[in-house]
Amino acid sequence: MAVVEYQSPTSVEEAISFLTSSPHAAKVLAGGTDLIIQSKGKYDEPLTVVDIKGIASMVDAELTDDGLKLGPAMSCARLTARDDIKAVYPGLVEAAYLIGSTQVQGRASVGGNLCNSSPAGDTGPALIANRAICVIQGPNGTREVPVEEFTTGVGQNVLEKGDILVQLKFPRPAARTSDAYLRFIPRTEMDIAVAGAGVSITLDGDGTCTDARVGIGAVAPTALLVDAAAQALIGTKLDDAALAAAAQAATDASSPITDRRGTIEYRRHVVGVLVKRAALIAAERAKGA
Amino acid sequence: MSEAREFKYVGTRSIRPDGFDKVTGRANYAADLDLPGMIWGRILRSPHAHARITRLDTTRAEALPGVMGVATFKDFPAVSTEEFQSGEGSTALNDLARNILADDKVLYHGHAVCAIAATSEALAEQALDLIDIEYDVLPPVMDVADAMKDDAPLLHEDMFTEGLEEKPSKPSNIALRFELKKGDIEQGFKEADLVIEREFYTPTVHQGYIEPHACTVRYDNAGTSMVYCSTQGHFDVRAATAKLLDMELGKIKVVPSEIGGGFGGKTTIYLEPVAMILSQKSGRPVKMVMDRDEVFMASGPGSATRNWVKIGAKKDGTLVAMQARLCYEAGAFPGSPMRPGVMTVFTPYDIENAFVEGYDVVVNKPKVAAYRAPGAPQSEFACEMLINEIARELDMDPIDLRLKNAAREGTQTLYGPKLKKVGLVECLEAVKASDHYRSALKENQGRGVAAGFWFNIGGPSSVSINMNPDGTAILIEGNPDIGGSRASMQLMAAETLQLPLDDVKPLVGDTDVLAYSGATGGSRTTFATGMATIQAAEDIVRQFKERAASTWNVTPEQVEYANGTVTNTAGDDSMTVAEICAGADRTGGHISGRGNINARGAGPSFAVHLADVECDAETGRCWVVRYTACQDAGKAIHPSYVEGQYQGGAAQGIGWALNEEYIYNEDGRLENPGFLDYRIPLASDLPMIETIIVEVPNDFHPFGVRGVGESGIIPPLAAVGDAVAGAAKINVTELPLSPPRVLKAIAEGASA
Repeated sequence: MAVVEYQSPTSVEEAISFLTSSPHAAKVLAGGTDLIIQSKGKYDEPLTVVDIKGIASMVDAELTDDGLKLGPAMSCARLTARDDIKAVYPGLVEAAYLIGSTQVQGRASVGGNLCNSSPAGDTGPALIANRAICVIQGPNGTREVPVEEFTTGVGQNVLEKGDILVQLKFPRPAARTSDAYLRFIPRTEMDIAVAGAGVSITLDGDGTCTDARVGIGAVAPTALLVDAAAQALIGTKLDDAALAAAAQAATDASSPITDRRGTIEYRRHVVGVLVKRAALIAAERAKGA
Repeated sequence: MSEAREFKYVGTRSIRPDGFDKVTGRANYAADLDLPGMIWGRILRSPHAHARITRLDTTRAEALPGVMGVATFKDFPAVSTEEFQSGEGSTALNDLARNILADDKVLYHGHAVCAIAATSEALAEQALDLIDIEYDVLPPVMDVADAMKDDAPLLHEDMFTEGLEEKPSKPSNIALRFELKKGDIEQGFKEADLVIEREFYTPTVHQGYIEPHACTVRYDNAGTSMVYCSTQGHFDVRAATAKLLDMELGKIKVVPSEIGGGFGGKTTIYLEPVAMILSQKSGRPVKMVMDRDEVFMASGPGSATRNWVKIGAKKDGTLVAMQARLCYEAGAFPGSPMRPGVMTVFTPYDIENAFVEGYDVVVNKPKVAAYRAPGAPQSEFACEMLINEIARELDMDPIDLRLKNAAREGTQTLYGPKLKKVGLVECLEAVKASDHYRSALKENQGRGVAAGFWFNIGGPSSVSINMNPDGTAILIEGNPDIGGSRASMQLMAAETLQLPLDDVKPLVGDTDVLAYSGATGGSRTTFATGMATIQAAEDIVRQFKERAASTWNVTPEQVEYANGTVTNTAGDDSMTVAEICAGADRTGGHISGRGNINARGAGPSFAVHLADVECDAETGRCWVVRYTACQDAGKAIHPSYVEGQYQGGAAQGIGWALNEEYIYNEDGRLENPGFLDYRIPLASDLPMIETIIVEVPNDFHPFGVRGVGESGIIPPLAAVGDAVAGAAKINVTELPLSPPRVLKAIAEGASA
């Protein structure tokens, strides 16, 4: 598609209006790190882009005792510079830090990554682990969707015409709770996840895991919440057997494809390894949280 | 000779003359030239790996307003089967033509079929979709082993294996068999206490230059047609374009742009003749720029190989017999670097009995092009892996085993000459003495060592130096500057002219301003063009002395030249170069010097690398934690760029060993034509690569230079391969050692 019209609204309502009234296809422009590449078609249909970065609530983040309200279009660079958020949701910030290069992070955002709805998106598992809620505003009002239900397929999600993801809401984690995100790539950066895992762990005073959330990515059409993996951890002291059971649960939940980035058997194995390792990192962090 | 010589500029780390323009974005690369009236060419490429074109109709495309020209194979005048030499390889002209635009068959995914020029790039793209084309899809042949089978589908029904004693009765995919032998191989193995044999696989890899192929071409039906492009050898682009299009050589001017990497891949042509046809038809200048996926799909990768090696050794480590059978994929047309693979495979060793046979085999992949020491990394990988295995079996230090058998001055090579002075022993000793070699490994780490040999070449080079009236010099070389040759020529010219470095301005000249120069390839430029530079500078110095002598009415023998000043030994006169040049019109006209040579005596460069690798056994991921590249430079003209060549070769070799490979699906379509999934190493993937410059002078160069550009890519495959074997505790016979492959090997080892 060729961008023929650029709009820069200052309110969500105005943005929705541009999206619904455009005579041709209209898309939300956050950082544009996916959209601009996708729109570089050859000689295709015209496209209107609605740049939401001029809307303050879309690019700000507010951390309170109730939790985090994250503007979906806040750049990863700004998010990763927020030490207060990093202290509470380290795995989420880790995921944001892994998107693209330093240059790309100046533009890319958590919400953009989620709305692009790639199976390999790095934020999906971390958002799932942190119980993120997607606040969606559209022509017919506002609704909330748990993040694990947001993405519905490869490149597909629950957004309908005129809808904008206006906020990502995170509950404040319980005491002695923390998270971690790990992804596997063959190199050190500039790659797309072969598999990813976000894990949140809550410990009690003697180190027993009382709650857990496990999200996995790049091993199914969408990022997945793996309750069986969490259950394998809850009630244990994260001993080898519990970790192995959680890894196995993640492996069992996955349904990857073989492609140029990895084989089915390799991805199924590695996602288990990542869950195990992320759980240990999250637990180590939870001790101090 | 050079050992005793004191240098003023040679051997210093001067600032490269082209550096400022490059880091500020002012340098012009191939896609940077726009001309008035220019239009754009785009290419329709085959979606199939192997198919017969049953219909090609461009009527609808040509009817699109804005379309100004169409080019197909039929636009080539009848081209011969004459072998065309360029860079480090040769190709039959008709194969070159059929690679540039397919004839009746497409032979790989991405094979160019038809080109269209239109007033914009988007319009040209749109017109491509209006081409009516139909294919009869044929089964693809994607692996050298499959291609060599008796019942394999044939790429070329008229291809009969050459190099056999009798012409075979039926065609095959094997283009050529070539062998070299020495001594008695059977007897050699009988004398051995230990014999090991193994087959190794190396994948198709791309040179990975950052700058895509691009050109702007302006045809002129009366005067000189102009080609502006990124190439390692613009004189060869001129010759190839002239031959393919039946144009007069002298009526084509090729202007080389700055070049954003080549590594051998820019010693051939793809776009230039197509743009010329389109320019001729449209009457407009035509620009063509490959997309990244086109570069991967249709420009020269390096051969995938299956190489079997067998080596026999005595208990004391003496190597007594070495045998190999090397099978190289040529891609769609004959011409893999199998022959240099055969010639180099065992050259690091002084061996009595050797027998090597090689096969050049066509498959449905892009026609391979030269890639840094073409053919040698693949064959020497196989040899070096076995040498390390023999060292382990004999409980010998792998460097000691190599020292015991190392080729040295006087060693009779398998490929022909006796070696002159070479630096393999010095490199082995330097690595053995390094801090790296003595350092301890940590858990899950392994260490590998490997040697590498490359011939290097000389060949024709032309340089002219023009003296300005202010006494400064303009140096024109005919070699596109890839690795810092302007800096090296400046150093060698300043050294010989005894003038300040900044007074020598080096340039790369186009085909109209200089006599023929061979391509920048074969590690020849610093050596051969350096010799031409020295010769041109000596020519100038001779004229300085003559001019001063004639001014003073003495003989040239009565004057001396030093540090920019000519002195009369018969009196007390002196003249500076600036004075001589300012007054040159009174002493016979202004001064220029020439160096036109066909350089002989290129000194081979041996390299020895040491790699430490760590393995994550749960994921199979392996990474290099420490790396040392040691190589013989003869004499390092600019040590920083010599080190850069060592590091660059090591980085590419490490990529080849760990992650780089063409991934094809079952239909023969390339699945990773981009830098995201064709994984060259990133800066963050590598440690600082340590370098050791060994200098065993090459007596055939006035300063002792050996080419250094290529040998450094040879040892990493086995050095890293053997380090991975140690770190992951697996047997390594296939590259790349990507995480899935390593993990599978670990799992198989655990279950075995």
